[in-house]
Parts: sequence; structure tokens; C-alpha cells
Amino acid sequence: MIFGLSVVFLLIALVTVAGALAAALLRNLVHCALSLTVTFAGLALMYLQLDAQFAGFAQILVYIGAVAILVVFAILLTRGAGTQMHQAYSSSWLLGLVIAAAVFALLAWAVMKSLPSAVATATPVVSVKSIGYALMGNYVLPLEIVAVLLTVALLGAVIVAMPDVRRKGGVQ
Amino acid sequence: MSPLTGCLIVAALVFAIGLAIALTRRNAILVLIGIELMLNAANLNLIAFWRFGPHAELLTGMMFAIFSIAVAAAEAAVGLGLVIAYHRHSKSTDLDAMTRMKG
Repeated sequence: MIFGLSVVFLLIALVTVAGALAAALLRNLVHCALSLTVTFAGLALMYLQLDAQFAGFAQILVYIGAVAILVVFAILLTRGAGTQMHQAYSSSWLLGLVIAAAVFALLAWAVMKSLPSAVATATPVVSVKSIGYALMGNYVLPLEIVAVLLTVALLGAVIVAMPDVRRKGGVQ
Repeated sequence: MSPLTGCLIVAALVFAIGLAIALTRRNAILVLIGIELMLNAANLNLIAFWRFGPHAELLTGMMFAIFSIAVAAAEAAVGLGLVIAYHRHSKSTDLDAMTRMKG
């Protein structure tokens, strides 16, 4: 126990933050995507450690299985001549860094200053069955809306990324 | 430091790093990566408050996190599709060079 936190939690937090930092600092885009995957895995482990098994496995499936692959695909599809990052940071990077540091300082100050609430330490028993009942009961309207959103987003992504067939007169 | 505070600090760190990526990098794909990191930090907050708050059996925070994961996946698909479409027009993903929206 260090600072009242378990060693496992600290290790997972270290891996998560290190992956995010590597994604921020590395120059090669593929390395950035891989360290992003490390961060996603660390967050999934953190969900599992917080007894949210379903969210942890959903995180692994959706983020590591789909979003990371999508990012790698986009990187490889957009790798043209001269994209090897001769200048990786924008011209106003110092301002962005100051804003991010200020946001973190504000959040950390608020978290550390707030009173410790009555923390429930009993492990909540959550089965997939109860999640299914909740999805089909209280949350059935958001579930349907998310289904429509996913369909529309999929169609929209395909239409946006498709080559312009009408104007060019055929797929190149 | 309670476990809830630890989770919140980690989430704040990940959020700040994601914000720094989105504000300082030039590549459009990296900006999308930063946005994904910020969404993930928010999800960690939701799960942590669900776990250490009262009435964990109501599953509210967990449901918010699951819906947020679904919306983030849709956002990633549309964002990367836009980047690919822009790259087809101008052979570049440099944000400082994106000054027009017309194809």
C-alpha cells in the first residue's frame, strides 16, 4: 500500500499514463497508435479492477479490437509522400501545453480539495443478466437511439470516405 | 488517498494528456487519438463514481459508460472517414494546411 492505494492499482495507472504520454511524444504515427492501444488496455484493466467486468470487456472489444485497428488503417491509408512528420507539433504548441496543464491543475485541485464521501466498499454484484435486464428495461430508449446512431454513423463514414464516383466517372 | 481519488487523478491525467495531444499535434489522426483519450478519461470517471457511490446496484454509471463507448466508436469511424476523404483531395493530413472545406 503506497499513499493508501494498492500496488496493483498504481502499476495499472502507471502503464495507462505512460502509454498516453508516449502517444503524445512519439514522432512515428504507428508508434503513437500502438501506445494508444496500451492506454486502452490499461483502462480496461482498471475497469476490471473496479469490478466493472462488462465495461472492461466491452472496452477491450470495442477499443482494442475495433478503434485501434481503425486508427492503424487510417494511418496506413493516409501515408503519402512527405508525411513522415518533418514538423510534428503545431505552431502554437506552447499555448496548447499551457492550457492542458492548467486544466489538469484545476481538476487535480478540485479532486484533492473535495471531502472524502462515504465510500461504499462492498463489492457490487453485477451479472450480465442484470445488465441485460437494465438495457431492456430502464434503458431501452437510449439503446434504440444508440442503434440508430451506429447505423447512421456507419453509413455516413462509408459515404464520406467513398471515392466520388459521379464526378470522376468511375472508381479509380 | 482513497481509491476513488486515485481513479479521479488518473482520469484527470489522461484527460489532460489527450487535450495536450489535440491542441499541439499537427496530424489530424493524432488529434482524433487525443479526443479518444479524453472520452476514455470521462468513462473512467463514470465507472469510478459508479463503483464507489451509493446505489451501485442501479447500474447508472455503468450504463452511461457503455453508451459512451458506443458513441465514441461511431465518432471514431466518422472522424477517420473524414480524414481519409480529406487526404484523397489534398494528399495531406496536416491540420495547419487545412484552410478550406470545399473539395
